[in-house]
Amino acid sequence: MYVAVKGGEAAITNAHRLLAARRRGDTDVPGLTLAQIAGQLSLAVDRVMGEGSLYDPELAALAVKQARGDLIEAVFLLRAYRTTLPRFGHSEPVDTCAMVVERRISAVYKDLPGGQLLGPTFDYTHRLLDPTLAGDEPVEAPATATAGSEKVTRVSDILGDEGLIEEDAMLDASRPVADITRTPMEFPMERDARLQTLARGDEGFLLALAYSTQRGYARSHPFAGEIRIGEVDVEVTIPELGFAVVIGRIRLTECQMVNQFKGSAKAPPQFTRGYGLVFGQAERKAMAMSLCDRALRASELGEDIVAPAQDEEFVLSHCDNVQSTGFVEHLKLPHYVDFQAELDLVRRMRAEHFKAAASTDDAATDDTQEAAE
Amino acid sequence: MTDAEARLSGTSATGAALEAVSARQRRLSVLAKARTKDLLACWKDTGLDPAVEVLRGPESGLVAVRGRIGGGGQPFQVGEMSATRVTVRIGSGEIGHAMVAGRDARKAQLAAVIDALAQDPAQADLIESRIIAPLEKIADEADQRLRAETAATRVNFFTMVRGED
Repeated sequence: MYVAVKGGEAAITNAHRLLAARRRGDTDVPGLTLAQIAGQLSLAVDRVMGEGSLYDPELAALAVKQARGDLIEAVFLLRAYRTTLPRFGHSEPVDTCAMVVERRISAVYKDLPGGQLLGPTFDYTHRLLDPTLAGDEPVEAPATATAGSEKVTRVSDILGDEGLIEEDAMLDASRPVADITRTPMEFPMERDARLQTLARGDEGFLLALAYSTQRGYARSHPFAGEIRIGEVDVEVTIPELGFAVVIGRIRLTECQMVNQFKGSAKAPPQFTRGYGLVFGQAERKAMAMSLCDRALRASELGEDIVAPAQDEEFVLSHCDNVQSTGFVEHLKLPHYVDFQAELDLVRRMRAEHFKAAASTDDAATDDTQEAAE
Repeated sequence: MTDAEARLSGTSATGAALEAVSARQRRLSVLAKARTKDLLACWKDTGLDPAVEVLRGPESGLVAVRGRIGGGGQPFQVGEMSATRVTVRIGSGEIGHAMVAGRDARKAQLAAVIDALAQDPAQADLIESRIIAPLEKIADEADQRLRAETAATRVNFFTMVRGED
């Protein structure tokens, strides 16, 4: 029998009205503007753009505000929004070599063309809370220095010259570029589809997996070959014009992880690489992504698959926080009928269990009596 | 006309066409990268007010952003970005196109109008001197400032000499 249940409309309406009021908070305090969120909580906005897989700082700031700072909820809002828009096409692959670099460091070469540029980093801060930030003290203007004309060469190109490092992976130029938003995931996945999945994956999940590889679960002896952050031009071919034009600039974080590799039946000893490329300033995510990318190349490089980080179905099926939260949180929705059915089942099982136990007891009593006799 | 002359004129025609393409590429790129505020200020400065017929859009949508594995290898999708496109025809008949990042329909439409005007030889110089060149200068200055701020965070290593040898 199916019983339709209605109700809760008034409760839901009032709950959403309450949510709106709680979101706004104390009305004696001025409301946040999107410019404040995008400008002063920019790394939260970057994270929402990356995991929401939609580069639009203003929309991401709106999502953060609407979600009351719940970043996974904000990612969800952005993903929902993107489904309402048509896709015009795709960009030419961005050239990270031509990036207007805001930060660039290498942990493998001290002196490299372009130098070590720290940029706006939390590194080397003492992680002491700064009470002056409770107010709105004016800040010093950034220091400036003459920028050299030296090209900021990619570290992988320096090592590549010696043949010590594997070259950039070129699978098959004629193959269409994978797109997990258009074609459902299918395993095994090619590296392009894996990287797309990792780029929008949850930072916390990928960080934990990356950490697991460092602790010995698929150890890969990584070095941060290079991390760079900055803006790149995005070029799109306009069909009416027949040539590519720049439609704007986006900020990206790129991480080239360099990993020791003792060689296998398939490849000579050399340094292999893991790659991370993420929207916005997202260094931790880009590093975690590159470690996971390298771990997921186990079968390609003939390594034994022994750890969770190397299991592509495990990693790629669970790294999306919108999917994860959807399935975990759906448990909150009414399951009254399912539960009634289960309740009935458990009652019957218990009845059978006690009945069986009682008959065993009777049999056991008979045995004891027989033995006594 | 001799063959050589024909070839020469053909070459120069191709050369001119290529030049027109690269000029339009530069123009559209500068307009797309400009901030709306600066674009509007430059536009007002020209005092132009052409009749505009919107042929398509303004329409907001997405562009899939691609990167390359390892920075130079096989392309892959990093994610999507918002973009707005519009096509216009101005009173003198030229058609202008624009696709700009974000959802600012006004900026996209203005860029398309400027693209159309720049194809009119009577307006080309004005567009270049009052809009494109100044916007390019603003963008270059912003990049120079950013480079200078970044350069100040460059690490200068020095070695400590220990012992007497």
